[in-house]
Amino acid sequence: MSEKTILQAQDLSKNFGGVKAVDGVSFSLRRNEVLGVIGPNGSGKTTLANLITGFVKPSRGKVIFDGKNITGMAPYKVADLGIARSFQMVKPFYQLPAFKNLNVALLSPRLRRLSGGRFGDRDAMAKDLLEEVGFERDSWVITHQAASLPHGYLKRLELAKCMALQPEIIVLDELFSGLSLAEVASMVPVIEKLVAQGKTLVMIEHRLKELFRIADRVIVLNFGQKIAEGVPAEVMEDPQVRGAYLGSEAEE
Amino acid sequence: MLQGTLIYGFINSVVLMLVALGFSVTFGISGVANFAYGALYVMAGYLSWLGLHSLGLPYWLAAPGAVAITAGVAAMIYWFILLRVRGLVVSEVIATFGMGLAILELFRYLGFIGFEYTLPPLIDASVMIGDTYVDAQRLCIVGAGILLAAFLWFFTHYTKTGLAFRGIAQDERTALTLGINADKVAAWSVAFGAGYAALAALVILPLGTIAVNEGYNVLVNALAVCIVGGLGSTVGIIVASFLIGFAQILTATYLETSWMMLVSLVAILAILVIKPSGLFGHQKQLEERI
Amino acid sequence: MAQRKERIDRGIKVRSDDVFALTSWREMAYLAFPRVVPVVLLFLLGAVASIYWERVLVTTCMFALLAISWDILASAGMVSLGQALFFGVGAYIAGTLNHYFGISPWLTIPIATLGGGVVCTLVLLPVLRLRGIYFAMVTMILPLMIERVIEATKIFGGTEGISGLNTLGNVHTEFLVAAVMVWVVLFSFRRMMSTDYGLLLKGINDNDRAVMSAGMNIYYYKAQALFLSSAVGAFAGAFMTHAYQFVGMPVFALDYSIIPIASVAVGGAGTLAGPMLGSFILVPLSELLRGLGGLRVVIYAVILVVCTVGLPEGIFHYLSRKYNQFERWVKVER
Ligand SMILES: Nc1ncnc2c1ncn2[C@@H]1O[C@H](COP(=O)(O)OP(=O)(O)O)[C@@H](O)[C@H]1O
Ligand SMILES: [Mg+2]
Repeated sequence: MSEKTILQAQDLSKNFGGVKAVDGVSFSLRRNEVLGVIGPNGSGKTTLANLITGFVKPSRGKVIFDGKNITGMAPYKVADLGIARSFQMVKPFYQLPAFKNLNVALLSPRLRRLSGGRFGDRDAMAKDLLEEVGFERDSWVITHQAASLPHGYLKRLELAKCMALQPEIIVLDELFSGLSLAEVASMVPVIEKLVAQGKTLVMIEHRLKELFRIADRVIVLNFGQKIAEGVPAEVMEDPQVRGAYLGSEAEE
Repeated sequence: MLQGTLIYGFINSVVLMLVALGFSVTFGISGVANFAYGALYVMAGYLSWLGLHSLGLPYWLAAPGAVAITAGVAAMIYWFILLRVRGLVVSEVIATFGMGLAILELFRYLGFIGFEYTLPPLIDASVMIGDTYVDAQRLCIVGAGILLAAFLWFFTHYTKTGLAFRGIAQDERTALTLGINADKVAAWSVAFGAGYAALAALVILPLGTIAVNEGYNVLVNALAVCIVGGLGSTVGIIVASFLIGFAQILTATYLETSWMMLVSLVAILAILVIKPSGLFGHQKQLEERI
Repeated sequence: MAQRKERIDRGIKVRSDDVFALTSWREMAYLAFPRVVPVVLLFLLGAVASIYWERVLVTTCMFALLAISWDILASAGMVSLGQALFFGVGAYIAGTLNHYFGISPWLTIPIATLGGGVVCTLVLLPVLRLRGIYFAMVTMILPLMIERVIEATKIFGGTEGISGLNTLGNVHTEFLVAAVMVWVVLFSFRRMMSTDYGLLLKGINDNDRAVMSAGMNIYYYKAQALFLSSAVGAFAGAFMTHAYQFVGMPVFALDYSIIPIASVAVGGAGTLAGPMLGSFILVPLSELLRGLGGLRVVIYAVILVVCTVGLPEGIFHYLSRKYNQFERWVKVER
């Protein structure tokens, strides 16, 4: 393991009944790298994210974060160590106003530790974060019930929740899905800024064009197995990938 | 002594299984926890009593009639009440709980209390097994238990409705796209579970009197078995029934009859500590689908 | 020309949701009115009521506490069908301490409050990991089973129970304690629910995964909510034990589970004040219906079902909307 390796998955596997959702996937991630994960629907991308973040316990294999074995660790402990994640199916805290959604994340013990036990004004911090991900400050959207936010804002809120944790690694599960071109275009700079700040990203994505702009390296899943790995341009030349991925793309 | 314990333990276990089966079936199929279950059980008993004594119907009419009406009432509870709060777990639970309470306490208010409220046994005789007297009704219970469990298995594996049931149980959304009407299936599942409760009542109640409190007992027993066995798992129900059933009879033989409830309580507390989702339960993990 | 109802928040609500920037007496009065009036009203009622009705008010306060305790749990995503468990555990702790050790009610009640909270939390701790209806199932059957176990093992007086316990004093003292307690509990927990801690509890109810992925141990917070709620319920039980001077199997009866839930259904969940309002409607009402005997429970159950299905919002939400918003009919173009 090199100095810069921050996350390593070894032979990760998960069976649901007979389905091999993830089957012997290994990869390693360097600090401040952006890893893209692509693959057709049902190829195990979300399950891989769940395995890394502790939401699903692997049937086999190991996850090592910063030299520490975190396999099968409870999700909140994983998050506490510094791996934040977004969910593909966005579900805000419906009863709360948008910015109060972040207050929940801002209460986390991790932040308390990072800030040396001192909390600032959580409301203000929440609003700053929302502004960073593209909410207009002082607009009604910020104080509005999260239940009534449009999808685009929910996705941004999801990203802001990840950022609130001040994590080392952010795992983004199809952050761009369901967004318009303009919305995606406005989110890309936010992500690029995160990279510039030295965060490490795992991006599960269907929007290949945007992903390839950001990602340093891509792995391709199909039927739970890793079928290719490399820099984006290279991977797309791989005939196996074209077969698996583009084949299913045409179906959609 | 030992032989008697074994026989009665077996019978007691089948009683528990019968009582829990209907609750578990409904939950397994449609995710509806029917807390009116005990009330429906007792209602079936009173209905057939009314059929026999007030209307003077023959048994072969009164008993199936009671089962049918009970299932119908359950379906109506689903259709007119539960459907409106479908998906809101809190409301579902409270609504069924409230309905059960209303039914049971209404019977109590109407004065259905006393020793005259008994159902006739199917066969009034007793037999010797080894050197233990067993009345035929208890054998009927065992027969009914095996029959109903077997039927359930056959039904869900080989009939179209049963397969639809299982389809819904496994993945509601996919089932919808296959043209299965989830609401109808759920209504059927509630009625089906209530029918099982009614059948259980018809074979079990002749052992004693029909009493309002029996409704609470049945619900407590059904829930206890489901918690220990794991919700929605038929195998779990059977195993848990036998565990609790034998433990209860052993307690009754070697300690005291009145301590039987303690056994269920201890069983529940123990299982909660060791495996909270029950012996065969698949607790929904915190996973995201698709 | 069709019409539709337009609702506009009254100004003060919009300006701030948390810390009120009070600028005028009018606004202060506007805020104070719905809080002060009920408080004063309750004490006035207590002062003018006959001994009989004062007792009813005491009972009402305790059911209000049980209902509030239910609502605290529900806010954190736990649906209880057995407030009687909390009530009964508190009652038995206070009763036995008083009977066997001769400890004064002024001590047994606080001990039972904390002890009841700890006992109930420990018993239910394993269930916290399960989602859905497990919590409801377990809480529903535990009190019924404990009742049976006490009957069988004859512990703590068995079926007879323990009678001749000490009282807190006369009815007036009891009423004062009960009324003060109910307001303290209501306002402090309402305050708590609007802090970030309360938001966290609501967040667990909305989406436990998201709370976990923020690095927080949801079971730990759920256990805290459970402790707070069961302590409130145990207080009610301990208090009633001394008011009745008796503790026995009936403290685990279904009444103590069903009336609080019915109160929540009538008053409206999620506000704490709603459940309290519900109790203040249902309990005196049931006193008036005493003549109906067994039919009362049937009526409760029907109210419960009707309110749950037909009136999911509850009275409190309705009143608060009327108070906090202007409503007017506006014309809409078709
Ligand atoms: N909780 C689960 N239970 C059973 N099967 C699951 C579960 N989660 C995912 N699967 C299955 O695992 C496979 C991979 O799913 P997923 O990881 O969501 O794929 P992707 O995110 O790439 O679309 C699918 O076949 C899916 O049906
Ligand atoms: Mg996915």
